[in-house]
Order: sequence, then C-alpha cells, then structure tokens
Amino acid sequence: MSLQADRAAPTLEREHSLHLLRQMLRIRRFEEKCAELYGATKIRGFLHLYIGEEAVAVGAIQALQPDDAIVATYREHGHALVRGISAESIMAELYGKQEGCSRGRGGSMHIFDARTRFYGGNAIVGGGLPIAVGLALGDKMQGRDRVTACFFGEGAVAEGEFHESMNLAALWKLPVLFCCENNLYAMGTALKRSESEVDLCLKATSYEIPAWPVDGMDIIECERAACRAALAVRSGEGPCFLEFRTYRFRAHSMYDPQLYRTKEEIEEWKQRDPISLFDARMRESGMLTDDDLKQLEEEVAAEINRAVEFSEAGTWEPIEDIGRFVYSERKPS
Amino acid sequence: MTTDDKTVRMTYREAMRQALRDALSRDPRVFLMGEDVGRYGGCFAVSKDLLAEFGPERIRDTPLSESAFVGAGIGAALNGMRPIVEIMTVNFSLLALDQIVNNAATILYMSGGQFNVPLVIRLTTGAGRQLAAQHSHSLEGWYAHIPGIKILAPATLEDARGMLWTALEDPDPVLIFEHGGLYNMEGELAADTGAVEIDKAAIRRPGSDISLITYGGTLGKAMQAADELSQAGIDAEVVDLRTLRPLDTPTILDSVSRTHRAVIIDEGWRSGSISAEISARIMEGAFYELDLPVERVCSAEVPMPYAKHLEDAALPQSPLIAETVRRMVGAS
Ligand SMILES: Cc1ncc(C[n+]2csc(CCOP(=O)(O)OP(=O)(O)O)c2C)c(N)n1
Repeated sequence: MSLQADRAAPTLEREHSLHLLRQMLRIRRFEEKCAELYGATKIRGFLHLYIGEEAVAVGAIQALQPDDAIVATYREHGHALVRGISAESIMAELYGKQEGCSRGRGGSMHIFDARTRFYGGNAIVGGGLPIAVGLALGDKMQGRDRVTACFFGEGAVAEGEFHESMNLAALWKLPVLFCCENNLYAMGTALKRSESEVDLCLKATSYEIPAWPVDGMDIIECERAACRAALAVRSGEGPCFLEFRTYRFRAHSMYDPQLYRTKEEIEEWKQRDPISLFDARMRESGMLTDDDLKQLEEEVAAEINRAVEFSEAGTWEPIEDIGRFVYSERKPS
Repeated sequence: MTTDDKTVRMTYREAMRQALRDALSRDPRVFLMGEDVGRYGGCFAVSKDLLAEFGPERIRDTPLSESAFVGAGIGAALNGMRPIVEIMTVNFSLLALDQIVNNAATILYMSGGQFNVPLVIRLTTGAGRQLAAQHSHSLEGWYAHIPGIKILAPATLEDARGMLWTALEDPDPVLIFEHGGLYNMEGELAADTGAVEIDKAAIRRPGSDISLITYGGTLGKAMQAADELSQAGIDAEVVDLRTLRPLDTPTILDSVSRTHRAVIIDEGWRSGSISAEISARIMEGAFYELDLPVERVCSAEVPMPYAKHLEDAALPQSPLIAETVRRMVGAS
C-alpha cells in the first residue's frame, strides 16, 4: 500500500489520496475511542493523544519501506496504526490484555512490534534518539539499505541525548530520518520559553544535517518532504532532519487543565485541522464525495469496533508469568 | 480526629505546597526549578499557584534538561543560593545521575571540605498508577547507596510539611522522595506544624510481637496489615524509617530487640537493596535478639508491568505482609 520511497513528488491522485485520508481518520477515530474508554476506565495509566497531528505520522510513514524501522515516543498510537500494527493488538495493549502487541506489559506508552520493526513507544523524552542511531548503525555495518525513522517532540531538543545523537548520526553518516513533531508545547512549556534558539532546523544544520521545516497540518507536504528526505538518507549521505510544525488539539495527557494556552489559540489551530483541510482539498479536485466519506467512516468505525471487541474478549496474562522476559528465554547454544 | 481551629484538613500535596510556600517566604535564597513547575502548575500539581505568588525568577520552568538543571542547582547552591530542584519522577533523575553522584555527592569531600552543596532535590517515586516500566520505579534505596547525599522519604502529612525546611537548612545535598500514590492522601495536620527532624525513624504504631520496618509508599500498607493482624491478636509494631540515608540504626535495633521478629517492607527490588542493608544491620547489631530470620516483602524483580493485575502482583501488598507476619509469628 505504501508509496514507493523513490517517488519524490507524489501527485494528488484519487486512490492514494483516499488512502491518506483513511489513515488519518483511522488515527482520529481510534483515539477518540481511546479517550472514551479512558473515561470508562478500560484504559489506565498515561494516555497521550495524537489528535491534530495525524498528518505527520501518516505523511512521514509513506516514505518508509516495509523493512525500515521506527522509533517513537509515548504519543505513538498513530504511528503504530499507520505502520500496520493491527488496531486490535494496539487496543488490546491499551486494555492491558496479553493479546496486546506488548502482551499488556507496556500499555499506551510502550507499543512494540517486531514484525513491522517498531521499536517502541519510549516514554523518556529524548530516550529514543540514541536507539535510532544504533539501529541505523546496525544497518550500515551490515550493509543493509534501510532507514530508521525516529519521531520525537520538540521538547526533546533540549535534552543532551538529542544533541549527542545528532552529532553521532552525522559523524558516522548513519541512515536516520529524524522527525521532530513540533507541536509548540512540551507539556505546559512553550518552545519559546525553553529554547534560546527556536529555529529547530538550525540546530540540525549546526551538526551538518540537512534539515527542512514542514507544514505538519498539510498531509501532502508531510508526505512530499518525508519522501524527499528518505531518498537522501537512503542514498547513504547520512541523516536528515524534518521539523513538522503541528499542534495537539487535546491535553498533553488525560490530567492536564491546559493553563498554559488559550482556547482561542486551540480554536485557531483547529481551523487547520489536517483532516478537514485534506477533505476540502479532495472535494475541490473532485476526488471525494459525501458517499465516499461515509463509506470510509463506516469502514474505520467497523475496524475500531472490532478492535474493542477483540480487546474486551482478550485475556489477562497469568500472574505466574510475571517474570518472563526479564531475561531472554533463548539460552546461548 | 475532628477539625477544630488547631488542626487543618489537607492532602499530602497541599502539605508539600505549604512547605514550599513557607520556605520561599522565609528565605530569599530559596527558589524552585524544574520542568513545568510554573505555568503548568507542577506535573503532580504540587507547585500550583506558586508562580503567581513568587514570580518566574523563583518558580523557574526549565527545559527538558535534567542533567543541566540539576547541575545548575549544584552550582547555585555552591554560590549562595538554596535551590529546590524538582525532577518529575525518579526515572527521569537517571538523566541527571552524573550530576547527583559525581558532583553533588562528592564536591565537599573532593575539595577537602571547602565547598558544601546545600541543594534539595524533590522527586516522585513509586508505582501503583499503571504507568509501566519507565515511570514507576523506586530507586530511593539505590540512591541511599551513595555517601555524600541524604535520602528522605516523607510518608505522612507532617513529614511532607516539615521535612523540606530542615533539608534546606542542611549544608549538604538532600533528596526528598515523594511517593506518587501519596499526593491525594488526606488528613488532619496541626495548624502550627513546622519543621521536623530528619535524622530519626519513627514508631508509627507501637507493638510487641513483630517489627514491620518500612517507609514512604508502603507505610500505609504496613499500617493496614498491622490493623488486620491486631484483630487476629498479633501486636505489630510499625517503624517508619523516614530517612534512608543516614539510616537510624538504633531505632531499628531497639524495636527488633523488643519484638524479636522483623519484616522489612520495601517497594524497591530486594537484590542489593535498602531492605538488604537493613537486614544486614539487624544481623550485625541484634542477631541474638531474633527468634527467627528476618524476612522481606519487596517488589517482584521485574520492570514494572502496565496491566493492573500484574502491577498489583509486582508490588508489596498488605495481605502478603499480613500473611508473612502470621507465618512468622505462628512459626516461633
Ligand atoms: C526525561 C524526561 N523528562 C520528563 C518527562 C515528562 N514528560 C513527558 S512528556 C513531556 C513533554 C514532552 O514534550 P515534547 O517532546 O514536545 O513531546 P509532546 O508531548 O509534545 O508530543 C514531559 C516533560 C519524561 N517523560 N522524560
């Protein structure tokens, strides 16, 4: 389904556009359901929603091949869904059931999936970047032509691990696609209150990493930028950095009174809702009708219903197994 | 207890906030810094409203830079200030471990006594809220391994209110571990309550049959177990360590010498832990007072799982504490 990575300038053709719209809708509806299930205490712990930022994951992941890797943060349901981890196994994970992709051990913040090379779900801000560097190092040393996409929020840019990772990746010319999701706030801290230099691309270029800002509310822009950057990374020239300018419409997590931003600001950004924008654009060019959308919504709703049913029917891992996987079960031969 | 004008009803969170407010009002050198302590109101709402009261110079939001702002706390402490650095959770303090262990804990000694570091670090610790393996660990016992820092674990409203000021007056670095499960705990506190000593353990419940030795987030569970045991005619004493370094060994040995039995309850892992240390001290100092071996109820040796039933099973719980005690008392 995913676009050829060497296709640097995707055109707005109908089938592909419907695919992008569907992916964004899947994330939006899945997470709306998550919020509801959190209220019903089916999901617990921390739950960070990606609503408003869907175009970033959907666009960026179009640039990946099936054997590329992803490292993400605790705000990763969207990336996992788009990458092809089933809604069932993600939802079951959020329920804490053993049918979940991480057996119910990780929950919302720690989605892992070996089949799609999805290396978490990291809940330490900045913690995923060095791992992405290492995954890319492994590929390079083994002569594999793969890319590691690393997603992180702009808050991570303040951490030493960000800078150390940028330098290493550039120094060793590693195939990492750094995808910074700049939604302007790290919990309650606005970028301008935490960075002396708010131009994030400048930070990457200071490490000799090519970097581009991207309109993170425009799915086509996200896809185009990611395809172009992934092409450069794949060519062996080293990492690239994309700053996706986006916005989270919801609270940081489920316990955030949002004292740090105004309702007006949120409303203003909602005018640029990536789904509505793309919906309007498709209609304008005659690629989407009410019926198309209705059908899409129905299919997505059915998928989410199946995920909830699957999770409800899921089972609890036996307590006796609590100690499994602290260490590997496979012993050296 | 009832509310009259001599006591006030409040939560642990509010007690901690009052302690902060009090310290900030009393000493102009005191300031609070950490992630989201200001505009967001603190990730656990402890510092809510303090920004409006004390301004952004003294309620300082920091970027996500644990190593840098903990180090900056050390520098400011060396240079005449009295910083309170908040780290959201103990897991994130690992990004600042270098500053804590290699600098805060060593500078006084390395400098031959010239430079002391009057720094206070507050951090949340512990599990119980299904936050999984990167937000739930209890590493205070691990920090208690380090000479040069002091480790406090307020488990009561009074200690939440009173330990901070004493820690600030201490010339050396003090880490205060607040168990995340305690913030909503509510109770009565004397209106004129103030600073408390930080070098003594406390007997929270006197008893004669067995000593339950614990601290922080498991104090409540030990008290609950003791209540339950009293109905079965077992009179358990509960010792709240309050401070994990330096340990108040005399209070521990004294209790064990009276009860002749001891269980240590700790949310940390048991291997190489503070519970192991306490057990060793009992062996060293009160071996011949014991009727039977010391036992421990600790967390399962796994990274904390998300699923509730697994998390519950991983943590020390009062039924298991009570069961352990019944077995020990029955056996001797
Ligand atoms: C090292 C570390 N410090 C603090 C936190 C607590 N925390 C979790 S998310 C977050 C904000 C991160 O913001 P950003 O990187 O911009 O990502 P966003 O949540 O906006 O997607 C903070 C402070 C953490 N998880 N890890």
